[in-house]
Amino acid sequence: MSSVLYDTPGPRARRRNVVYTTVFLAVLALVAWWVLSALADKHQLDADKWSPFVTDSRVWTTYLLPGLVETLKAAALSILIALPLGAALGIGRLSDHRWVRVPVGVVVEFFRAIPVLLLMMFASAVYAEYTTVSSDFRPLYAVVTGLVLYNASVIAEVVRAGVLSLPRGQGDAAVALGMRKGQTMLYVLLPQAVTVMLPALVSQLVVIVKDTALGGALLGYAELLSQNRQITANYGANTIATFTVIALIYIVLNSLLTTLAGRLERRLRQGRKSPSVTLPAQAGATEVKSDAVSGA
Amino acid sequence: MFDFLDSGQYDLLGAFWVTAKLALYSALGSLVWGTALVAMRVSPVPLMRAFGTAYVNIVRNTPLTVVIVACSFGLDQTLGITLGGGRSEDIGFRLAILGLVAYTGTFVCEALRSGINTVPPGQAEAARALGLGFTQVLTLVVLPQAFRAVVAPLANVLIALTKNTTVAAAISAAEAAFLMKEMIENEADALFAVFAVFAFGFIVLTLPTGLLLGWAAKRLAVKR
Repeated sequence: MSSVLYDTPGPRARRRNVVYTTVFLAVLALVAWWVLSALADKHQLDADKWSPFVTDSRVWTTYLLPGLVETLKAAALSILIALPLGAALGIGRLSDHRWVRVPVGVVVEFFRAIPVLLLMMFASAVYAEYTTVSSDFRPLYAVVTGLVLYNASVIAEVVRAGVLSLPRGQGDAAVALGMRKGQTMLYVLLPQAVTVMLPALVSQLVVIVKDTALGGALLGYAELLSQNRQITANYGANTIATFTVIALIYIVLNSLLTTLAGRLERRLRQGRKSPSVTLPAQAGATEVKSDAVSGA
Repeated sequence: MFDFLDSGQYDLLGAFWVTAKLALYSALGSLVWGTALVAMRVSPVPLMRAFGTAYVNIVRNTPLTVVIVACSFGLDQTLGITLGGGRSEDIGFRLAILGLVAYTGTFVCEALRSGINTVPPGQAEAARALGLGFTQVLTLVVLPQAFRAVVAPLANVLIALTKNTTVAAAISAAEAAFLMKEMIENEADALFAVFAVFAFGFIVLTLPTGLLLGWAAKRLAVKR
């Protein structure tokens, strides 16, 4: 992209670049050699620690795939509940009535400011103390509750930004046609806002998938990450191999979602005749979650 | 209802102090690492560009929990890399910083990259016309303007980072979420009070950051 930052390399610059490349390559190789020899010292590179993932289908059918299914289940439930809730909160924040707008705003800002892990732990304790949810399902309930509360408030902001990004004329025209406020929102503003928001919503899904791993590490939810304990216990302490495979599954899954978000964004931008806004894919990211980064 | 605050049994301030330290050290680390990554991503050396892109795409798509738990299980327990030894909570603290820097650096890199795109091409062209090399163009002309443009996005990254420090509880760093886990178990009858205290603590940590940096973002933004 930023070829504007440097001149087209001439003979000297090309020679210099070759030197830089060599040095950088040497540094990378040195680091790789150091890591690999440290791994080999601890017998983490032995073939029998890695081969189960290729030769033994039970690793996949007993641990990894069920774990992945749990991860996807929690993520799917969370997004399905968070979407309508977030839309309602986002519309509530746009209300003309102060007694709706202000409380909804407080709720949204509150849940956005709290780490999602705290919400999950709190939900888990509340379910244990005040409800009869069996302890088998409690981790799932807790993870979904935490994710819904946090992501609904993030989605609320995405919805609000999406509706506000529409040209003023859209709402004015609807009012001029004699539509009521509800009709204006439901038939005119929201359908257009959804297309603007789509990339941001898909990348919020990445944040949700990543945050389900919190439930595995701290709440005893049997999702993908938590399977590392069983696998390393049953296949001879192959910690590094197990973490590599688990991380790869997450990376492939999330890369697919990220690519989808990017493609949607480009498609929507092309399909629009007038130069208009599309909420960037990272808008809701926590993590750095945002705040995408949120997520964890 | 809030008697557990007076009992002296829990070191609330201490736990939030650890959270604040985690956030601060990781923020400084990821600022440096993120800047290095973005320098690689826009550099004229193809191998560095490829490394920067690959690193960002891989790490950004890995859950932070996996990164941090892998630091503990992989580095500490398997390879014996503890970054200085000591008690398990100190090891957890240092490994959590390592994991947070590795993860957050990618978001800093992405923020800075979009900041570089806001700098008008004429700035870099003028710098090149003066005969500046790539490093000079980047460090003297482009990055200073890019940094001023991305104060607000970086503030969001910092707030997310502050919240993400709770993940360190997974490797028993003695920060706020770890203490909350313990208190929830011991003070089940004061559940809502415990949650309220910790929620308040995080709002106190994140709200001023947002307001202060939001104000700074307006002051620092390059008027064009």
